[in-house]
Amino acid sequence: MDIFLQQLINGLTLGSIYGLIAIGYTMVFGIIGMVNFAHGDVFMVSAFIALICVLLLTTVVGISSIFLVLAITLVVAMAFTGLVSWAIERLAYRPLRGSFRLAPMISAIGMSIFLSNFVQVAQGPRNKPLPPMVPDVIVLMERDGYQVTLAYKQILIMAVTAGLLFGFWWLVQKTPLGRAQRACEQDRKMAALLGINVDRTISLTFVIGAALAAVAGVLYLMYYGVVNFADGFVPGVKAFTAAVLGGIGSLPGAVLGGLLIGLIETFWSAYFSIEYKDVAAFSILVVVLIFMPQGLLGRPEVEKV
Amino acid sequence: MAAASFTPKVPKSWDRDPLLKVDHLSMRFGGLVAVGDVSFRAGRGEVTAVIGPNGAGKTTVFNCITGFYKPSTGRLALMQGGPATMAELDALTAGGRAWAKTAAGATYLLERLPDHKVSSRAKVARTFQNIRLFSGMTVLENLLVAQHMSLTQAGLINPVALLNLPSWRRKQKAALELALYWLDKIGLTARADDPAGDLPYGDQRRLEIARAMCTQPVLLCLDEPAAGLNPRESHELNTLLRAIRTEHQTSILLIEHDMSVVMEISDHVVVLEYGRKIADGAPGDVRNDPKVIASYLGVEDEAEAVAVTGVPA
Repeated sequence: MDIFLQQLINGLTLGSIYGLIAIGYTMVFGIIGMVNFAHGDVFMVSAFIALICVLLLTTVVGISSIFLVLAITLVVAMAFTGLVSWAIERLAYRPLRGSFRLAPMISAIGMSIFLSNFVQVAQGPRNKPLPPMVPDVIVLMERDGYQVTLAYKQILIMAVTAGLLFGFWWLVQKTPLGRAQRACEQDRKMAALLGINVDRTISLTFVIGAALAAVAGVLYLMYYGVVNFADGFVPGVKAFTAAVLGGIGSLPGAVLGGLLIGLIETFWSAYFSIEYKDVAAFSILVVVLIFMPQGLLGRPEVEKV
Repeated sequence: MAAASFTPKVPKSWDRDPLLKVDHLSMRFGGLVAVGDVSFRAGRGEVTAVIGPNGAGKTTVFNCITGFYKPSTGRLALMQGGPATMAELDALTAGGRAWAKTAAGATYLLERLPDHKVSSRAKVARTFQNIRLFSGMTVLENLLVAQHMSLTQAGLINPVALLNLPSWRRKQKAALELALYWLDKIGLTARADDPAGDLPYGDQRRLEIARAMCTQPVLLCLDEPAAGLNPRESHELNTLLRAIRTEHQTSILLIEHDMSVVMEISDHVVVLEYGRKIADGAPGDVRNDPKVIASYLGVEDEAEAVAVTGVPA
């Protein structure tokens, strides 16, 4: 019971981060039908931006309040990562729109390699550590020397994720931008004929997806306290898996998928063997997709006319 | 304007005050000439019908006008406010710009505008032969999405919406009111929150027209609006189209096979065959044109010719 509770907390924390990244995959796929393989690396870049920002704020500017540092870092990382993603879309994907289907995918893989190599060269190949932030924990229960703890930073991660998801849901459901996005998702040409600037809507989709990935990047850095140029790959693949598991194109699906992947991973590590945690997560993905090819919350393939 | 139907006047109303001037429009797909050197005018405040047998190039003309295709050659001048003078039009054509202010208003060269600006700037809206509603969105959302431009104009992009400024709220309210007005007009107020894809066919047709009207167009292009409608729905459609013309000063360009609709509501008929124009005039004149009768059915098939044109061949 105590281990179960602890792993539930850990799994939800990890799953929140996956969910935030997964939204970027699912949104971009929904609107232009492309898997943005560079998204995981955009997440990694955001963690580096956050790292630099935290170090600058604490050492050069000398802000001592850790929450103020985190809040500023969050805003800075979202802005810069959004800019990076906007540039990627503009340079690497938009010129290829309308060419054959595989072209933007190859371009995305190229962007992914470019970003990780660029960071490797610019920041060095070693792990970049940060001193632990927000180390306090709440002890929920204690038995036989095993403490079930809920760290403040875990609360922070879940709260930020929940808040953002609500804001994001509001954006998509209630604002003109969200309506334009959903319209472009269903019929881009028709949306253009109603006066919607489709290119701009797609750009904004990339920026929003990247901003959510940047939040994940900041939270990831705060949680693990270390980041590396190759850290975009595995969380990226996991988040993509989460998006597919939840039903690609479905926003609640991305979050649900993220939470499930996080939970499967942590529970498997706790009860079976930690070496096989990724095998377990992906095996469950395969099984779900065999029986529900459209994912958990995905719509069945609709014919576009 | 409406009474112009049976009294041929010189010059014709659409020549005197054209809203849309199509000059030497050609559209080629590889070696295939879908539309070859078609010129016609659509009068301001009038209903202009484009008719012709299947494959005559009617929809291609529409696709060029609404920015769906870029025409191979030709000029499509839309004149808001009033007709542009020849000199103004020539100057605009010679220059590289897509639009210019004229003494009477503004003139847009549609072939030079990107697709979304044909709607947002030139104010041309269209519907499709096969309905293209956003079927996963609600009926109301379909009408609101068509007002995206007026909601986001003047720098009011989304982050500002979060601040809930009064001017923003006013715009949203205005958008909602316009949507509700059109919902009422097409009799779908009760179904505002249902997915558009769940509506019966005839309602979807009218919703598509209402959605186009929510972009507040000066020219509404309808591609076979009566296709697949039963007589009652077809009658409702005529009522709606007449209301649009009289109450909203929106000119209508119409592709239609249903001659009862064409003869009843149009002021001006343009007939295409094999991508070329074969007749152009008031409905009464066109109906009696031997070339039109022949092209529709071949001369010998008298019975069907009568059924289509209402006049023995």
